[in-house]
Amino acid sequence: MNVLHFVTSFFTDGAHWSGYDGIPTRLLEHLTYSLEALGLAALIGLPVGLVTGHYGKGGNALTLLATAARALPTFGLLVLIVMVAGFGMLPVMIPLVVLAVPPILVTTYEAMRSVEPSPVDAARGMGMRESDILLRVELPVALPLILGGLRSAAIQIISTATIAAYVSLGGLGRYIVDGLYQHNYEKVVGGATLVAALALATLAVFWAAARAAVSPGVRQT
Amino acid sequence: MSGLDSPGNGLNPTVPPVESGRKSQTRRVFGVLIRIDSVTKRYPDGTVAVDRLSLDIPDGSITVLVGPSGCGKTTTLRMINRMVEPSEGTILIDGVDSRQQPVNTLRRSMGYVIQNAGLFQHRTVVDNIATVPRMLGWSKDKSRARARELMERVGLDASFAKRYPYQLSGGQQQRVGVARALAADPPVLLMDEPFSAVDPVVRKGLQDELLRIQEELGKTIVFVTHDIDEAVKLGTMVAVLRTGGRLAQFAPPAELLSDPADEFVEDFLGADRGIRRLSFFSSAGLELLTAPIVAIDATAEQLAARGATEAPYLLVTGLDGRPLGWSEPGGLTAGQIDAGQLLPYGRPFTAGQDSLRAALDCAVLSPTGWAVAVDAEGRAAGVVSQAAIGEAIRGAHAHAHAAGPEAAQKATTR
Repeated sequence: MNVLHFVTSFFTDGAHWSGYDGIPTRLLEHLTYSLEALGLAALIGLPVGLVTGHYGKGGNALTLLATAARALPTFGLLVLIVMVAGFGMLPVMIPLVVLAVPPILVTTYEAMRSVEPSPVDAARGMGMRESDILLRVELPVALPLILGGLRSAAIQIISTATIAAYVSLGGLGRYIVDGLYQHNYEKVVGGATLVAALALATLAVFWAAARAAVSPGVRQT
Repeated sequence: MSGLDSPGNGLNPTVPPVESGRKSQTRRVFGVLIRIDSVTKRYPDGTVAVDRLSLDIPDGSITVLVGPSGCGKTTTLRMINRMVEPSEGTILIDGVDSRQQPVNTLRRSMGYVIQNAGLFQHRTVVDNIATVPRMLGWSKDKSRARARELMERVGLDASFAKRYPYQLSGGQQQRVGVARALAADPPVLLMDEPFSAVDPVVRKGLQDELLRIQEELGKTIVFVTHDIDEAVKLGTMVAVLRTGGRLAQFAPPAELLSDPADEFVEDFLGADRGIRRLSFFSSAGLELLTAPIVAIDATAEQLAARGATEAPYLLVTGLDGRPLGWSEPGGLTAGQIDAGQLLPYGRPFTAGQDSLRAALDCAVLSPTGWAVAVDAEGRAAGVVSQAAIGEAIRGAHAHAHAAGPEAAQKATTR
């Protein structure tokens, strides 16, 4: 039996399309975890990155923090928090957010720093408020890079959100964890395929978002 | 040349300053006076960028700050709109201390143009220009209508309105930069080396455009450059700053060229300031000879009569009166003049409109040593020798000297 065979038999089995362990339910769970984690990470990473990038201060501290956060093993963190706080949503969310904040934070900071200084000088010279300079002059130009940071964070979250299954929660990780436990490789491969497909769909969503939100005047590299 | 000599400035009408239609006293003034009063800028590390500088920047004219790098010219400009806060001294705008109003209100009352234009790449040309009106709370439609009006004023075709900055050339971008600065009709325009990043041909076009705009709008313009030629061309008044941020000389360009205050200014003006100064003398006083001009269809009698003139060459003109070239009198046969056989006449100057500098240049370039003067339609108006131009230059110098620097100043400033 090859992998393709696993894939086809997993997706053609009607039992996998309904119920609490059905594909729609697991997909929705997975998406919910991912969006929550991405939202939280963006809530932390975007404002900090935008403001530090605008003022050009704290770049070194940010890089240090980001490197440290990247060095943390996600799975280890999950186990540690379960030991301390018990089962639930929290032990899943914390590692995912810790994973996603560095790419968002660092890319946002770098994106803001890469904005040419002359339009900012012109804007300040014509009497634009500092907050408007940030939001209306720098952000639109930095947007493609910032979206790139959000995109890599989103991809990392989606592939890592499978760990929720280890602490008795749902999501697409359920198929992988349960499949391994039950020696049901059809289930394992099916779950992995779904995760990969979701990651690809996320890429498409970000591509569409960039097309819609970035001004055609901003040259993308 | 009209309107150059206002009554009572005591200048002999034969030597009016040229290139100065913009300096006429009849136009309306919408700018305000800026007084820089013993202003010093000292940085925390002790560096002094500007040292007790005092300047009265006249309203409704172009004042150029010029000097080598590190002379504090840009710092001075940026202190006017408080992009840099002075350490000591005050700056009065229309008699009011610039610190008395909120900094953004002050800046919105001054247009600001920088090198490379600093356009917002995510906005179209028309939205770039509409930036300040939008900040001032104008409606979108009104701001855009105003922006389109300004595009026309700075010489940008309306088809550029919806383009993005990356689709424009450097010169076009800088036109947008100037339009954006003018959008809310501020009385003051601050320009920081706006034309230094474009090529010489485009730069000349932008400079001419700025003079025309200034003529029409009568703004108070403060212009920073490191290029003394640009300073002399644009400035009604020129402030030469020396390294360390001290004022070396503040004078109209003609006076700067004739009486540099010291060696530093003289060095900064360069080796050919004598030639450059000729731009301020009109060619109107030159005596043009018409006798050595013959038409291409001249008869034998006409040619014979022309042979006796004091000029060693005859200038042949076409049937439309435009110059074709020079020939020795003996080389012409009636009815058989071949335009292809004539000596080139170089570049003619426009009699009365161009300066003595242009006339001298024509004579120097002409293989015969004689300059050709044309009228506004390009028809030959007369010829003049290098010797006669030299005579006129000496006369102009003598006259300027007799009239004194005050007269020169009156002639070039308000």
